[in-house]
This record gives sequence, C-alpha cells and structure tokens, in this order.
Amino acid sequence: MGVRDVSIEELLDTTKIEWINSTGPESDVVITSRVRLARNLKDVPFPHLLSRTQAEEVIDSVYRAFLTNPVLSKDARLYLMKDLSDTEKNLLVEMHFISPDLAKDDRGAVIISGDRRISIMINEEDHLRIQCIFSGLDPQGAYELASRVDDVLEEQLDFAFDERLGYLTACPTNVGTGIRVSVMMHLPVLTMLKQVDRMFSTMAQLGLVVRGLYGEGTESWGNLYQVSNQITLGKSEEDIIQNLLSVAGQIISSERQARRNLKGEDRLRLEDRISRSYGILTNSKLLSTQEAMGYISDVRLGVDMGIIKNLKPEEINNLFITAGPSYIQEVFKKTMTPLERDLNRANLLRQKLLR
Amino acid sequence: MMCDECKKRPATVHITKIINGEKTLLHLCEQCAREKSIFDVSFNLEGEPFSMQKFLAGFFEPFMREFPEKSQPLSCDRCGLTFPRFSQIGRFGCSHCYEAFKGQLDPMLRRLHGKTYHVGKVPKRRGGKIRIKSEIERLKRELQEAVNAEEYERAAVLRDKIRELEQKLGRG
Repeated sequence: MGVRDVSIEELLDTTKIEWINSTGPESDVVITSRVRLARNLKDVPFPHLLSRTQAEEVIDSVYRAFLTNPVLSKDARLYLMKDLSDTEKNLLVEMHFISPDLAKDDRGAVIISGDRRISIMINEEDHLRIQCIFSGLDPQGAYELASRVDDVLEEQLDFAFDERLGYLTACPTNVGTGIRVSVMMHLPVLTMLKQVDRMFSTMAQLGLVVRGLYGEGTESWGNLYQVSNQITLGKSEEDIIQNLLSVAGQIISSERQARRNLKGEDRLRLEDRISRSYGILTNSKLLSTQEAMGYISDVRLGVDMGIIKNLKPEEINNLFITAGPSYIQEVFKKTMTPLERDLNRANLLRQKLLR
Repeated sequence: MMCDECKKRPATVHITKIINGEKTLLHLCEQCAREKSIFDVSFNLEGEPFSMQKFLAGFFEPFMREFPEKSQPLSCDRCGLTFPRFSQIGRFGCSHCYEAFKGQLDPMLRRLHGKTYHVGKVPKRRGGKIRIKSEIERLKRELQEAVNAEEYERAAVLRDKIRELEQKLGRG
C-alpha cells in the first residue's frame, strides 16, 4: 500500500481549504456546490459484500490509479477509516470530505487532494465516490473536475458500465450517471418567514431533494440547506445540473427578495438581531454547536447585507467549521465533556471574531 | 425545556428532521438522545439515525409481489444475493445482479427515475460505438426540442449532425 496518512492534523488548517477561502458565484446565498460520481469496479462485489482483504485491494488499486496523474494528485493524502478515531472521522464529515456512512465502516478510506477540492471515498456504498466541492454556485465547475478525475481513474480501472443502464451502482437509486449534485444554501430570511418548508415540499415534484447540513437524515443548522438531484437515470449530467441550477436560481432570488423586503420594512429590528448575535458570539462563555450556528448564520446575513462591515464571507465559512462538534476536540486533541466543548467553542469563536 | 422522552432532564439536543419536506421536532436530553441512538452528540457512528437502506427496502417491497414465490428464490449466480435479500437491504451484491434481476428491474427503475435507459457520460475506454450511439440519442432529443420550439434552423443543423454520426456508425 502506498503512503498512508494517519494524522489528520493538517486538515485542521482551514486556510488550505479552497471552498472556505474563496467566494464563488452567488456567494451571498450559496455556500458551496458539490458533485459526486458513484463508480464501481467491474467483477468485484460491492463494498458491503467485501472481505477486509478485498476491501484493501480496492483501496490500493484506486489510490494507485489516482497517483498516475501527478497534477490532480499533488499533495494528496490517503486516510484509512480504521486508522482514525471517532472524533477524527466526525471532523472529516463536518468538513464534508466524507459521508457519515463512510465513517461507520472501518473498511473504507478517503483520498483528499492537496487543494481539498477533490475527495475520493473508497468502499462507501459504492467502490468509489468521487466528490468535488467548489465555492459558491458552480456545479458545472465541480462536475468538470469530478469528470476529469473519473477519466484519470477510468484509464487504470475497469468500471462497471452497462450500455443500457450506464454506470452500475450498489443501489439502483444511483444507477445511470451515478451523479449527485448538491448546492448548499444559506436561507436565513426564508427560514425566518417560514417559507422553506413549503418550498421544499414542491421540490420533490421537480426530482430534487433537500437535506440537512451533513447529508442524509441530518438536520439543518445555521439555516443551511443542501438541495440535490434525486434522479440519476435517463438524464444527462448536463441536464441534471441545469435543472438544479434553474431551481437554485429561483430560491436565490426569493431569498434575496425576502432580504430586501425585510431591510425595507423592518431594518431596525433586523440590524438589532444581527448585532445581538454578533454580541453573543463575541461575549459568550458557553456555546453549543447548534446555538453558535444560529448566531453565525445571523452574522453571515449581516455581512452579506452590508450591515456588518469588518468581516468577510470567507471568515464566516471558517466559523461554521469551527463551531462543529468535532473541530474543537481535534484542535485541543482531547475528548471533552459537553460543557468543556461549549466553553472551548465559545473561546475559539470569540478569538476568531476579534482576532 | 424538558426532555420529550424522560421529561426529567433538561433538553439539550434539539433535532429537526426534514424528510420529504415534512418537518418533525424533537427535544431530548443527551442521555435519552444517546439511548434513542438518534444523535451521539456529533454523529452517530454505531446506530442508524435514519437508514436510507431501510427506507428503500420498504420502497422495493412491492416489487417482490410481482412474481409468485418459487421453490428457489431468484438469485445472482455471481455473488449469490437473492432477490428477497435485495428487497430487504436495498442494495445489489455486485454489478452482475443487474443482469440476474433484469426481469424485476424495469418497473423499479421506472418508479425511481421515470426512465429505464442511461443518457449521459460513457467511459472513454468503451470507445467509439457506444459513445456515438449515445451522442446520436442526445442530438435526437435536442432535435425534438428544437422542433417543438419551432427553431427550424437549429433543427436542420442537428439533423445533419445526426446523419453524419449515423453514417460513421454504419461504417465502423
């Protein structure tokens, strides 16, 4: 097996994470765009039927295949789930490098590229889940990169592909293109106006689905929602992306309109709420993740609406990560009681805001 | 606020689940949350807060009824997965299962995706023919759209492209 990296220490350095430190299109509402492609090796049982040795062989062959492209794999790291602690795995989930499902099975692994834009999950539900994450509304950019990674891997690996059904996946819900495009949106005002639920229930009819912050079955914190496609068969990647883009475009304009209305009608109350949240973040002794996320969301809204002027959106992206349940424990390298976590979280957020 | 479950300890874990646009709120203390294995402070690594597989398994159940019980359940000769087992776990065992359960597949795919055939990326290595075929398919759909939109100039260009590719396919 090639170089394996046990410590995830360097991933804590959020300045190296591309999507956190740049602002892509429509970044006042859209935080990130993600694309993942599900691929499987031909003639190898799907991961849930693999023995430990077979699983390691899959990891090895995928890693070797990726290393054949020196540009994409520059400074890439391979992390084996079995080498990581629960906190470390949770942190990878919070930073969106892996899914909660990958963290659950110690036969899995993940390759993370130097610029942190590419992560290749190995032995999740499928042998490979190639994922690319871009700042702002740019699913095309994310797809182009993911597709390039796919091309590189495909030169070395024989993927399960059927002329009629496309890429074959463990679950028939992903068969065909194997693509999932997700856009992470920050919708504080639509949430405030209780319009999100109604909007999301119509999305199912458009073949889209809304998920919480960390994926399937998780809740939405900090008014962050992930909108993604559900259908993978019978539509091209481009059409799937276009469909999502047009719906995202409508959500973005509703959120913006709602923000403008709110500013017009209730400017003082809005400024008060945002300033209070900033005040709490900079003065609290104890902050839980969920509570912190709520205030960070308000501050982000303040920045995006020009009410708070001394902060940049990138800095808020960083705060969302900092507030996560595992980040604190990794920074201090120890397991903490909920109280200790809340204390350290409040300290760290204050430091980052007042730096 | 007190815990919804034990009604004794203060609720510190607040869960909002959104499933298909329906929102449910749960307020639990950490202990009950852990016992309910919904939310282990951060992520639940052992339990299954919401299992997509289980959810899907329920979804696949109806396809089971579409063929009567045989003495031997239908199974994949490569990995040994039986169709009833697939209906339970919602995952195939290997890529060959798609061939083995072919007869059951189409109604399922239609319900999931509305379609039963792939349109989109084809591995480069599969080379020429499939790539050309799928390109023709794509152009044909585009042609239909152009005709529907009464954009006849664009339609003419597309038609020529399709002819060109079809000839190429015939030669190859």
